[in-house]
Amino acid sequence: MSYGEGSPRPASGFELWSWFFMRISGLLLVFLVLGHLYIMHILNSVEIIDYNFVARRWANIGWRTYDWVMLALALFHGANGIRVIIDDYAHRPGWRTFWLALLYVVTFILLVLGTVVLVTFPFPA
Amino acid sequence: MGLYRGYRGSQGQWAWMLHRLSGVGIMLFLMMHIVDTFLAGFGPQVYDHVMALYRAPLFMVLEVVLVAGVVYHAVNGLRVIVIDFWPNALRWHKPLIVAEAIVFLVLFIPAAVIMLGRLFG
Repeated sequence: MSYGEGSPRPASGFELWSWFFMRISGLLLVFLVLGHLYIMHILNSVEIIDYNFVARRWANIGWRTYDWVMLALALFHGANGIRVIIDDYAHRPGWRTFWLALLYVVTFILLVLGTVVLVTFPFPA
Repeated sequence: MGLYRGYRGSQGQWAWMLHRLSGVGIMLFLMMHIVDTFLAGFGPQVYDHVMALYRAPLFMVLEVVLVAGVVYHAVNGLRVIVIDFWPNALRWHKPLIVAEAIVFLVLFIPAAVIMLGRLFG
């Protein structure tokens, strides 16, 4: 009988660390992401957000740090969730390897893209 | 796995399935969002052009769907964490689901009203 709880806590090893990571990052992301949504979509909106808005926000290193922590946690939380889904549904070894490899490559590229823009975006003179 | 769950469908299974669906949807958006944010590094012309796409009415409606997905994923995830670390909470399985629905509506309805109000106002 499923009560809709998460996956049972694994006994040890990588899966145990993954299980704890999902709970801890999830808890942090509740605050980081709901805070982000509140600021960007409720207080502000896509009608206001443009290059100057981003430049003013990223003039503050605190917001860059906030965004990078959120980027890394959300990306790894999401990628780990997709990994579990691939394990659940992709049974043929070749396809499983293909999907996992694609996931890891895309995740790595996105982490690099997000990090590069946060680090290299110019500070106001 | 079919969407139809028939008599086996309990609130828990629906909650679990919605958690996966919302998670995958949020991940797809996140991938796009990282790329669009990366484009800010190419200067105002490029970034403002990309942001203009998000102001299309279709995207502003999808934005509300995104917020619903994130709020659901967050609230349901908190319920899962409660059950993980305090299994006795399963004695209040149904009340927990009801509480989750109430918290979701309390957070989502005002947000949807504000966001859709902008679109139609």
